[in-house]
Amino acid sequence: MSEDVITAEGLTKVFNGNLVAVDHVSFSVKQGEIFGFLGPNGAGKTTTINMLITVLKPTEGRALILGHDIVKEANAVRYNIGVVPQEYTADEDLTGLENILLCADLYGIPRETAKKRAEDLLELVELTKFKDKKVETYSGGMRRRLELACGLINRPRVLFLDEPTLGLDVQTRAATWNYIRTLKKEFGMTLFMTTHYLEEADSLCDRISIIDHGKIIVTGPPEDLKNGLGGDIITLSIKKDVDITSLIEKIEHVKEVKKTNNMYTIKSENGEVAAPLIIEALRKEGHVVTKLSLSKPTLNEVYMNYTGRSIRDAEESRESVRSQMITMRRARR
Amino acid sequence: MNSLNNLSKSKLHGLWALTNRELKKWYKAPVVFILTIIQPVLWMGLLGKAMNISAIFTASTIQPPQVTPPLTQQQLMQLSQYFQGLQSQIMLGAFNTTDYFSFMAVGMIAFTALFTTMFSGMSVVWDRRLGFLNKVLSTPVSRSVIILSKVLSATLRSMFQAGIIILVAVAFGLKFGPNFTPLNFLGVFGIIFLICMGLSSLFIAINIRSTRIETPMAVMNLINLPLMFASNAFFPTNLMPTWLQAIANVNPLTYTTDAVRQLLIFNTDYAKFAFDFAYVGIFAAVLTVIGIVLSWSYLSR
Repeated sequence: MSEDVITAEGLTKVFNGNLVAVDHVSFSVKQGEIFGFLGPNGAGKTTTINMLITVLKPTEGRALILGHDIVKEANAVRYNIGVVPQEYTADEDLTGLENILLCADLYGIPRETAKKRAEDLLELVELTKFKDKKVETYSGGMRRRLELACGLINRPRVLFLDEPTLGLDVQTRAATWNYIRTLKKEFGMTLFMTTHYLEEADSLCDRISIIDHGKIIVTGPPEDLKNGLGGDIITLSIKKDVDITSLIEKIEHVKEVKKTNNMYTIKSENGEVAAPLIIEALRKEGHVVTKLSLSKPTLNEVYMNYTGRSIRDAEESRESVRSQMITMRRARR
Repeated sequence: MNSLNNLSKSKLHGLWALTNRELKKWYKAPVVFILTIIQPVLWMGLLGKAMNISAIFTASTIQPPQVTPPLTQQQLMQLSQYFQGLQSQIMLGAFNTTDYFSFMAVGMIAFTALFTTMFSGMSVVWDRRLGFLNKVLSTPVSRSVIILSKVLSATLRSMFQAGIIILVAVAFGLKFGPNFTPLNFLGVFGIIFLICMGLSSLFIAINIRSTRIETPMAVMNLINLPLMFASNAFFPTNLMPTWLQAIANVNPLTYTTDAVRQLLIFNTDYAKFAFDFAYVGIFAAVLTVIGIVLSWSYLSR
């Protein structure tokens, strides 16, 4: 049985006495897994992470990281965690190496040790060539990697990543995911991350919690959550305007049929097998299928299933949007 | 994973790293660095040389009265000497020195300290907005160290600028007092250190909760000018209306400027100097403590 690295019980944060940012959140993260918080902006992801990394004090509830209470033993927590914030916190006027060494100083790491570690980390994130260049000359992806290196300088057992690929283009994002996977694979590190990118949560995380309005709505491996919806979704339309719902329902592998206007939405555990069967069965009855599409459920469908709205449409708070705008502007230079 | 994480560190680790970060941003950016040198020079040139108050009382500005019989050449000479003596007396009486430029140049030091510490105070807001503050808060650096590093960097910057001002003032013709010795510079930098500690703590305290730059800017602009002009930096307090004197007499800038003048240009009154030093010292200590206490409660919400 693997030990729980992070446990949160009823973690709550209320701002200014009435704004409930995080509402009785409970979860646990196992040793060596990548655990993700997925939700729209303003859902309380960053507030949760800020409580776990001891920047904010919870209003209610408690959390333990490696057995240390985040309030009572904040300093013990701080020595053992690494943080990669959403923002680009590296100083633009300093070089990459200087930035890493500054982080090392914040942990009180002796200079000689810090220099050795910095070399290794720069190698790991492939910035050795640029270490003596000012950060203002770095691209968004390079800055992300530098943040990653800074977060690893104290050799943390748990790494917290807040929106690790915010504002990055698709290629750079995929590259960043690879660095994160390396940390898990080669160092057995436990990672806690937040994201509002569905694909990111899907491809990177071992388990996720979907969070909305400060509450966790569901927790589990992405695959399980998607399968929990009842499988793949086939949508089709036929030429004639007759109701064939009952006909489709009888076909093998079909779980559920819904008719909206002239479109049929069919849920199936195994869409690839069901689709040809449906076409075949309808043809036998003399119906001509004019359109058909097959889609695997994404986490967006999971989110919609629980909240009734798409994650992209969800409301965003002014503060978090402004902070993200700054980050994105800097990422795209 | 490694033993280092469990070592107990001194309470002050990270202080120099954070201070140096601020200083590097300044001395590694050549434009900013040069501007911080040029700025006091410009101010001193403009204010000190343009407002040449002692020139008002020179003999050439005073026409001798037309009398019959006309004054002899000798009488005119005597009159001119009399006016010159009068000028010195007026200047001595009002400014405690015959040279207004010297008087004003020292006032410039307080002025620079005020502005440098004000701008350093605003960097807290930027650190918060750009996420650096949260990053530092998640590391085992003590909360007081975060504030102290800001205070210290502002102080060191101001002391450097004060040094430049004194150098330039000497080049422009600052007249040292009769019992000046180079050792007095120790006292000068001592008092500048204290006033900068106090002022930057004050400005950081104003900024510490802000997420926007506008509000603290407005507050600081509001208190800056009164702090500047309700002090003896440009004009002696004893010639001010009484209500203004009341403000000037509690203003720490008044005591700072007086202390520096006692050491550099006046006939040093050590008792007054000691009082000035104590006053500014208490101001610095109280505000630094307030800054640290605020940092405990506001940095970790």
